[in-house]
Amino acid sequence: MNDVVKTDALIIGAGPVGLFAVFELGLLDIRAHLVDILPKIGGQCAELYPEKPIYDIPGFPMVTGQGLVDNLMKQIEPFSPEFHLSEMVDSVTTIGTPEAPLFRVKTDAGTEFEAKVIIIAAGGGSFQPKRPPIPGIDAYEGTSVFYAVRKMEQFRGRSILIVGGGDSALDWTLNLQPIAKRVTLMHRRDDFRAAPHSVEQMRSLVASGAMDLKIGQVTGLEGEGSILSAAICRDAQDAEFRVECDTMLPFFGLTMKLGPIASWGLNLNENLIPADTEKFETSTPGIFAIGDINTYAGKLKLILSGFHEAALAAHRAHRYVYPDKRLTFQYTTSSSSLQKKLGVGAAST
Amino acid sequence: MAQLTFIDFSGTAREVQAENGSTVMEAAIKNGIPGIEAECGGACACATCHVYVDDAWTDIVGKPTSMEEDMLDFAYDVRPVSRLSCQLRVSDTLDGLVLRTPERQA
Repeated sequence: MNDVVKTDALIIGAGPVGLFAVFELGLLDIRAHLVDILPKIGGQCAELYPEKPIYDIPGFPMVTGQGLVDNLMKQIEPFSPEFHLSEMVDSVTTIGTPEAPLFRVKTDAGTEFEAKVIIIAAGGGSFQPKRPPIPGIDAYEGTSVFYAVRKMEQFRGRSILIVGGGDSALDWTLNLQPIAKRVTLMHRRDDFRAAPHSVEQMRSLVASGAMDLKIGQVTGLEGEGSILSAAICRDAQDAEFRVECDTMLPFFGLTMKLGPIASWGLNLNENLIPADTEKFETSTPGIFAIGDINTYAGKLKLILSGFHEAALAAHRAHRYVYPDKRLTFQYTTSSSSLQKKLGVGAAST
Repeated sequence: MAQLTFIDFSGTAREVQAENGSTVMEAAIKNGIPGIEAECGGACACATCHVYVDDAWTDIVGKPTSMEEDMLDFAYDVRPVSRLSCQLRVSDTLDGLVLRTPERQA
């Protein structure tokens, strides 16, 4: 049993808005832990468009997705936030009162938090593997069809069909080939996004007869109950063919899903969380929703809106975290106490 | 300006006017064309604005770039005439273009 991590604020989502929330909370002496389902920091900016230029961040005529994330990380450095990556928040239980909120939060990796406030900055939801829309695939999921490899040993001696052309597909092809009965890699074209050296390794395995490569797309599945026996496929000329297999691993990238947030007892509006515009609090006192995940009259899904929402949520959160302290509004340009927190200005030397 | 026709999976055709320089995806979203989601907003990062180019237009529209091909890997039911509509730039030469939207976006 792990120890419970006690924190002032738990931020769900380490995208730009979650990161800036660390800053706004930090200025008010509120310490934060962040949880993100991705293995890296930055949310959509880092996962979907790290190299794409963004033109509407105030003060930056142009900054790339990754550039913005890097700058935010530098900006929040003084507050030493703690990150829990590759974890998804599963459950949120209220253990406090509406006046003095306290929450028990558990992730799918077993980490437990006790937080005075929760800031949901989950953007479009959690990134989850895309499920190919093959009819009847759900019957095989978890027994014959898997979207991730947790334990390789599980696949020893199996006839595995791996579908996709990126690094996940190629890496698992190379890793599972030695222990599987047979590995077949299928991709819709004979051109791969994966790292060139993995593609070369795969091609030499194919040339030596140690595995198969098929060009096509899976259109149907055959099997009994939850046990797969073959995939029905179609090549570029629309000709049908079969691949015998008892296991299929599709790697079609990630999509965003609201996920477990739906079960936390918050009011929802079409996969978005309604928040008030005074403090960006949800229907549960002490739980805030900022950035793309929230909705209110006039909402614009802009990063800059999320930054504004983070500042207002942080000020309200201060009341919950420090009920007895009066909060005086201050500017970083002139406040020596804020500058001390940031480690800048005359006060820090 | 170019006139674009979107035919959805059930066969219903919808015509829209698109400005030169905009993308086919933008014209679809502006006019509420069903079947185009464009989750990422046109960054060639999500494959949810997938369309099939009518056979008569494939030569004029041309082939996807390698970045677009990579992204098409994530789309559902990709065919030789598949394109991502956020990567199709409208010009006079596309006036009359006919596109079909797939049964579903990935």
